[in-house]
Amino acid sequence: MTIITRRHALIGGAGLMLAGCDRITASPTVRRVLTLGEKATMSAQHLVTDRHALAPEFTRADLSPVFRENGSRRPAAPDWTGHAAAGFADWRLMVGGMVAHPLAVSLAQLRTAPARTQITRHDCVEGWSAIGEWTGVPLGLLLKRAGLSSNARYIVFHCADDYAGQPYYESIDLVDAFHPQTILAHTMNGQPLSVGHGAPLRLRVERQLGYKQAKYVMRIEAVATLAGIHGGKGGYWEDHSGYQWYAGI
Amino acid sequence: MPARESERTLIYRTRLPVRLWHWVNALCIFIMLMSGAMIFNAHPRLYWGKFGANPDHPWLVIGNRGTQGFLMLGDHEVPTTGVLGYAQGTDVAFPPLVTIPSSYNLAAAREWHFFFAWVLVLSGLMFVTYAVLSRHLWRDLALTREESSLRHLWNDVKNHARLRFPKGEAARAYNPLQKIAYLTVIFALIPLVVLTGLTMSPAINAAWPYLLDLFGGRQSARSIHFLCAAALAAFIAVHLLMVVLAGTFSELRSMVTGWYKLPAEKRP
Repeated sequence: MTIITRRHALIGGAGLMLAGCDRITASPTVRRVLTLGEKATMSAQHLVTDRHALAPEFTRADLSPVFRENGSRRPAAPDWTGHAAAGFADWRLMVGGMVAHPLAVSLAQLRTAPARTQITRHDCVEGWSAIGEWTGVPLGLLLKRAGLSSNARYIVFHCADDYAGQPYYESIDLVDAFHPQTILAHTMNGQPLSVGHGAPLRLRVERQLGYKQAKYVMRIEAVATLAGIHGGKGGYWEDHSGYQWYAGI
Repeated sequence: MPARESERTLIYRTRLPVRLWHWVNALCIFIMLMSGAMIFNAHPRLYWGKFGANPDHPWLVIGNRGTQGFLMLGDHEVPTTGVLGYAQGTDVAFPPLVTIPSSYNLAAAREWHFFFAWVLVLSGLMFVTYAVLSRHLWRDLALTREESSLRHLWNDVKNHARLRFPKGEAARAYNPLQKIAYLTVIFALIPLVVLTGLTMSPAINAAWPYLLDLFGGRQSARSIHFLCAAALAAFIAVHLLMVVLAGTFSELRSMVTGWYKLPAEKRP
């Protein structure tokens, strides 16, 4: 005969409840309905806020003493490691896709191009924040130089880092691409971008979360649709873990 | 005793919109606390100010060393093995029993949190509109002039401390402490938790930067958000305790059907 103590009943009941809850949380239909919340958030934010508003900028006194690195800390791709060993001397940023004049830009050219410096806050989806000073070329400037097609709708950033062989990539729409604070940063806190922070070049798309700030950017592609690019959801985390493409909250 | 039982008056105390909102709101708060606990697990440290990450100084940490869970408040460390930091064989801040989903999944927790945030805000706005237009706010929730006197409030505190609750006709209306608790949740905690939540959005920071000034930076907003959630959890604990002490069946019936049986007066 089994004696079911109240404690056992409690634990058993809790276990059953957990199992039930997990069935609900794992259901694809439930997940689909729930994503309506974040879609509503994107629509509402676009509706009631000025999409050209600038992210808050800070002063040097506000800088994080140590800026935590997010995501990958060192790509393993031979293409990138070779360039890193050579100090990125022969590295070129490729700008292509739906543009009239595809570009191949060297790091030296990027460093002497018109630049914007901004002290902004980086917010990881996990909850932490760090403030850093970024200097880089406004993305809009490069896109204009390349002659962006009027049919292009998104800008895709192909990166050198990967997770278990799946390449990292990200994408943004054209309003964000031409926002004055959207830059391709080659300098952080007055120093050349370190490997941990995405050398030689990373995206800063202020007003969105950390996983949108693509590091180790190798190639920029202008496209009309995100369908057909890797998993089709516009980014590594979007494809593989169900994070939202619009990371405005 | 049956004769006495029937003498007790059945009153229609809780109108349908209030009951509907109560249950929708209860569901939202539970889901938001549980999915919020999962979101907290992604970075179980809290800071004051504009920034805060692992290299910076937190004021609260829930963590573990091996199978020993702990809570660190400032410089004080409290062992919490089995409850926080390490429980159910899992080394996460809040244990699987109280998170949505039960195993680590930040993306899914965010979906739950932001979906029910919309339900919370929209149903809350509808309720407040109803409470104002129907005068529910002034009739049932606002303290009367007599109730707001310190002497009266102190009396109510003493009665609560002795677990002595109003009987008979006196139980018709909410008591002053009860009113204060409900008003605090509706007009302070929920608005504050929503505003500090919005302050964590980098897009909202760009559009409405004054929210950052109001709360003293994004990490302060995150800390206040957590404290509000803790206060809501504490409210729920006391609220449920009061329901049990005041008569579970009668209280539940009034929140489901609207009808409430006034508790019997003590024999003089």
